[in-house]
Amino acid sequence: MAGLAYRGPVTVPPPPPEPPVPPAPSPGPAQLSDPAATTPAGSLPVPALAVRGLWRSFGRKVAVAGIDLDVPRGSFYGLVGPNGAGKTTTLSMATGLLVPDAGRVLVHGRDLWADPTVKGTVGVLPDGLRLFDRLTGAQLITYAGLLQGLDRPTVAARTADLLAAVDLVADRDTLVVDYSAGMTKKVALACALVHAPSLLVLDEPFEAVDPISAANIRDLLASYVGSGGTVIVSSHVMDLVQRMCSHVAVIAGGRVLAAGTVEEVRAGASLEDRFVELVGGRTTGEGLAWLRTSSD
Amino acid sequence: MVAHLVRLKLALLRNGLRRSPWQVVAMVFGALYGLGALALVSFGLVGLAMSDSVVLKQAVLVVAGSALVLGWAVLPLVAFGVDATLDPARFVTFPIPRRRLLAGLGLSGLIGVPGAVTVLAVAGSAMVWWRSPAAVLVALLTGALAVALAVSASRATTTAAARALSGRRSREVTGVAVMLLLAVGYLLFGRLVTGELRADRLRESLSGVVDVLGWTPFGAAWQAPADVVAGHWSFVAARVGVLVVSLAVVVLVWDRALARALVQPLGEASGTGGSARGLGWFGVLPDRPLGAIAARSLTYWRRDPRYSTALLAVPLMPLAMWAFGVGEGVIALVPLLAAVMGWTLSTDTSSDGTALWLHVASPLRGVDDRAGRVLGAGAVMVPLLIALTVVLGVIAGHLADLPALLGGALGTLLTALGAASVMSALVVLRVQQAGENPFGTRQGASVVSVLGQLGGFLVVGVLALPGNLLGLLAVLWGSAALGWVALLVGVVLGAVLLVIGVRWGGHLIDRRGPVLLQQLVSVA
Repeated sequence: MAGLAYRGPVTVPPPPPEPPVPPAPSPGPAQLSDPAATTPAGSLPVPALAVRGLWRSFGRKVAVAGIDLDVPRGSFYGLVGPNGAGKTTTLSMATGLLVPDAGRVLVHGRDLWADPTVKGTVGVLPDGLRLFDRLTGAQLITYAGLLQGLDRPTVAARTADLLAAVDLVADRDTLVVDYSAGMTKKVALACALVHAPSLLVLDEPFEAVDPISAANIRDLLASYVGSGGTVIVSSHVMDLVQRMCSHVAVIAGGRVLAAGTVEEVRAGASLEDRFVELVGGRTTGEGLAWLRTSSD
Repeated sequence: MVAHLVRLKLALLRNGLRRSPWQVVAMVFGALYGLGALALVSFGLVGLAMSDSVVLKQAVLVVAGSALVLGWAVLPLVAFGVDATLDPARFVTFPIPRRRLLAGLGLSGLIGVPGAVTVLAVAGSAMVWWRSPAAVLVALLTGALAVALAVSASRATTTAAARALSGRRSREVTGVAVMLLLAVGYLLFGRLVTGELRADRLRESLSGVVDVLGWTPFGAAWQAPADVVAGHWSFVAARVGVLVVSLAVVVLVWDRALARALVQPLGEASGTGGSARGLGWFGVLPDRPLGAIAARSLTYWRRDPRYSTALLAVPLMPLAMWAFGVGEGVIALVPLLAAVMGWTLSTDTSSDGTALWLHVASPLRGVDDRAGRVLGAGAVMVPLLIALTVVLGVIAGHLADLPALLGGALGTLLTALGAASVMSALVVLRVQQAGENPFGTRQGASVVSVLGQLGGFLVVGVLALPGNLLGLLAVLWGSAALGWVALLVGVVLGAVLLVIGVRWGGHLIDRRGPVLLQQLVSVA
């Protein structure tokens, strides 16, 4: 995999794997409609993220049981699945936060677990982990940028831009510990973006975020994808994924049940119906008889 | 309902034990500790029972019993954190009559090692009066009242305090204030004891203290049996009255607090948000990952009460020694202070909690991580330690030995920082997460972590020996030249060990960063 040459005349010039470069505005997303993107790689461009045989168990519980995924460059990739499906575990392993029991993670063809510098090309928004919340919003973003090796003028300019983009300018000097849940999500997203990664991995990015901020973030991500970046989001909200994403993978029980472009996966039905069909587990409409309230 | 809550508490205990074998170990150790305490208490009680002196019996029982009740009332606040297993806030959504909730919470408060030990010890204390059956009966009655009072008081204070401490700011400020108050109280106590420590005066003042305590809610229960022996039945009645009235008052206070807690669950918002203009240290230190980590570290040492209280505690040790009348010897503390101070860095990674992911997800060299933390901590600790050493040198009248003292102090500090850099890359400890009561102890702090801490501390002691030995010799012989040698050896050796520690720790972080993060996730 790692030796695969990059080819494909139709793709936008992607950020070179090393060093990270901000996604430059460039002509439209050409790869979005590439129907072959989900067939086994081989004659295709190197995917932004390729996961091979990823496996992880906690004690006796197997959380991820051999997942293969190809996330094409320039795609907006949705990861959906019921609670406990292994989404967070998969994304943690794909971003270097959790050691896999087995399997490989290739970011633009380079092994993330073999070469730590690859982490600089990935932006991460984990779910359920704390932040260094005794810093102010501006300090936290600055910290994230400096950790990535950016210099101060660059970080300062990008911090200002990002605070404006996620609508936190007024709260830049407030400690993150005093932020609301949605504001915390937004500042964490800014931290994931500050080093202009070529791959963004976002775990539940819209949870607790208000509709206006969510719309702003969606626009931001769409233009990022439009300029050649790749985004992976996990979500429970099928409707959102169907509207926003070009590709989707359905995960349950630590395995991939279906993956491909949104059109392929939903096969004419709505994504939600298809999801329920794939995952199963809907109870019949009988309901709880005793729950019906009498009107007295 | 009462039985229900008691069962719930038992179930929580059982499930906690099932979660990890180390919880069982911790529980066993707790139980052993309790049994040991009980054995000591029984031993003392048997001795008392053999004695003929009513005065002795009442003095010991009143003082010990008062401490017991007071301990129940106050300790949960400062020593153990607020017991969250049966937090009233968790019952907000259930329509439970408050009186039953009160009784259930009270009874379930007795479940566990401290409760069991208390009940057994109090029951045993009644047997001290075996010569007079009436006194035993009274002792059992008043003992039961005292236990009820103790448990209710512990619940009342924690429930009331949970509200007072709900805001982040107020919680942090209160935490530091309580600690300072305790320290002052301790120092005054020390001064008092050393001043009064003459056998004749002690006995005199003790009997006065016992007389007063006997009329307070804390001591009334333990004084009553002695009154029975003396035939003062009116006194007995009065003391039972004191107990009943104070129990009623405490239950009322608890009931009020509970009522408020049930209708107004604690909100997240504290209103008084913290803020800081600009970038602070991030705008000053070099814009490398190393500088950024040092800046973050420095910011935390000032802004996070977990760090600042750890630092505040250090000067208290020599103050306490001084209060208890240790004179010149106080300078012997200097290396110990340095070790304690530097060793606080061993929980640095654990204190980050899961926020460590930001480091793990960055293409960061482990050495930078370690060195940045050491720089941040060192920038706070080195000046503090030098100041402390100078002050202690002046107090002890050893200002001439300053180079020797500084050699021991700085050498030990650098060594401890180096060892802590390795330790915190190896072991995740259960520490207070950001925002928790900085004085609470996390449940089930495992034996492994305690042993690891002790072991690391020993290693620091051994590694820092050369500089300290030279310093000691310099002080003993009054040799200024040897003092300068001690300073040189201490600082150079410490610096070498620090570099080794930082490199080794950095290597460990490179290799095990994600594993460490995973441990932090499972601990949090």
